[in-house]
Amino acid sequence: MLQLNDIHTYYGNIHALKGISLHIDQGEIVTLIGANGAGKSTTLRTISGITPPRRGRVLFEDQEINGIPAHNIVKLGISQSPEGRHIFPNLTVRENLEMGAFTRNDKQGIEEDMERAFNLFPRLRERSSQRGGTLSGGEQQMLAIGRALMARPRMLLLDEPSMGLAPVLVDQIFEIVQNINEQGTTILLVEQNALMALSIAHRGYVLQTGEIVLADSAAALRDNEMVQKAYLGIE
Amino acid sequence: MATRSVSQSGDPVEVHQRPWLTTRRVIIIVSTIVFLALFGIPLLNVGYKMVETPSLFLQQVVTGLTKGTYLAIIALGYTLVYGIIELINFAHGEVYMMGAFFSLSLIGLFGLSGESSALALTFGLVGIMICTMTFTAVLNASIERFAYRPLRNAPRLAPLISAIGVSFMLQNVGILWGDHNLWDNLADWTGIDRLTRIGDAMGSNMVAPKSFPSLLPNRQVPFIPDSWFTFTWKSLLVVVVSLSLLGALYAFVRFTKLGKAMRATAQDRDASRLMGINVDLTISLTFLIGGALGGAAGMLVGLYTGTAVFNMGFTAGLLAFTAAVLGGIGNILGSALGGLLIGLLLALSDQYLGSRWSNAVIFAILVLILVFRPTGLLGEEGGQKA
Ligand SMILES: Nc1ncnc2c1ncn2[C@@H]1O[C@H](COP(=O)(O)OP(=O)(O)OP(=O)(O)O)[C@@H](O)[C@H]1O
Ligand SMILES: [Mg+2]
Repeated sequence: MLQLNDIHTYYGNIHALKGISLHIDQGEIVTLIGANGAGKSTTLRTISGITPPRRGRVLFEDQEINGIPAHNIVKLGISQSPEGRHIFPNLTVRENLEMGAFTRNDKQGIEEDMERAFNLFPRLRERSSQRGGTLSGGEQQMLAIGRALMARPRMLLLDEPSMGLAPVLVDQIFEIVQNINEQGTTILLVEQNALMALSIAHRGYVLQTGEIVLADSAAALRDNEMVQKAYLGIE
Repeated sequence: MATRSVSQSGDPVEVHQRPWLTTRRVIIIVSTIVFLALFGIPLLNVGYKMVETPSLFLQQVVTGLTKGTYLAIIALGYTLVYGIIELINFAHGEVYMMGAFFSLSLIGLFGLSGESSALALTFGLVGIMICTMTFTAVLNASIERFAYRPLRNAPRLAPLISAIGVSFMLQNVGILWGDHNLWDNLADWTGIDRLTRIGDAMGSNMVAPKSFPSLLPNRQVPFIPDSWFTFTWKSLLVVVVSLSLLGALYAFVRFTKLGKAMRATAQDRDASRLMGINVDLTISLTFLIGGALGGAAGMLVGLYTGTAVFNMGFTAGLLAFTAAVLGGIGNILGSALGGLLIGLLLALSDQYLGSRWSNAVIFAILVLILVFRPTGLLGEEGGQKA
């Protein structure tokens, strides 16, 4: 469904992605794990068109999408919940969700999806007319995921959805991610919490300073000695 | 004041005793005394004059608020642009001036005058206002496209300097525009004789103030007795048009999808792109709207005061920008409030202190308000943007 071929992305002179190739099939949850600064967020930003690659190709359903401006990539069916949530602090919760559906014009469908987001995160319904900036960190995370879902994406990019959340909430978020996937959305998941990510993902890639060093099924990665040492904290 | 806290056992305990006479209070008291010593008697005098003839006072309030409504419309142009790209668009005052010049040219071109029929005047002025707003909207958006957008990732000062440059360039365009020879030559070249009418409207001296024909009825409105204060149809029109524009803008930004996208872009540009919002277009839209408002204000002021001059954008722009900062730049209602307040202060100070003191008074009050509310009257920390 999505394919990255030899992607090189730069920030000025900083070579952040050094030839990344990966693929995600329809219906999968694929996770990217790696240390801080490995290039996980950059990979997602490259797919979304925020930091276009200098070299290489991004294919979505066999269409080349590198070079398409970010705002048009959403229309193709890829949406992202970015690292650090980036909700709109001065828009209400409802308006934040409406912005998630910016590219759509089907009023009724949007209303349905709004309802679905509220059912997924009942907290958001209670706070629907409150300004986004006044939500707690966990609530903001829910809003960021809900907002990304409002585009009715076929492919959802999640950047550290569990960051800063209490353990109970982390479990809850992962359960919801799995639910979303079961309802037919393909997911690319970036996580610091590698153990959790590998427990719901089908496959995973390990990223090290801008390069992919391992690619395998989630189960195999969990048993891999190097992964255990470096990312799962198992000696 | 003593700060109390409750100890483990539940007894109140004095933790900290500060002297009543803190440095801050000493400063406030001393400066109040100095202020009163210097200005007490003049202020009392002004106060006395205000109550002495209440009708005059009321008149100044009304005049000030009328002026305030169009200052508010200009202030919105600064606030919208600042809200979305954090740039003080110094050229906005000149866009407003171009609005006045453009509308005067059309008035001349169509030959509208005080003698035209009411029907012709109504349709003519509405049509001219629409054309003027379109013209300044496109002008403002073009300025953004060619003078600011290429500098979007440059250091903050670069677009600011660029804005000042555009401002001077447009003043020169204003001077050229005011040259009737230009229009006569244009008429010769193109063979369109009507263009000389624009030249006639500009008068003989290219830099001199241009005069608008008096097109708005200067009669007292019937529902306010003369004895209260003078309030003409002309003032009423200015107030009504300005407030409608303000209301329309507020509703647009608050309730429509594009308005929300404008606010989203102001708050987080990358996140907006992830939502599918075309950030460049949204910024252009903001400049279009700001320009349209500036042009409308230029035309209104031309009709209201009867004159337009190539450097009118400087003073008005400075006042309107001050109004925007006073009310909370980036905040629509705040800027409108700031505009009204400045208009009011201006009229009162003109009347009671003399117009030569007005700028000093306004800026003293600005400083005072910013000391206590650095984000402006309605501005919030981090900016309630757009
Ligand atoms: N805006 C930027 N400007 C310059 N360099 C950047 C920028 N953003 C990221 N980088 C660099 O690119 C590299 C990859 O960053 P990225 O954010 O993709 O890492 P990450 O794997 O998501 O890390 P983390 O786990 O901390 O989120 C890092 O070395 C980082 O310093
Ligand atoms: Mg990251």
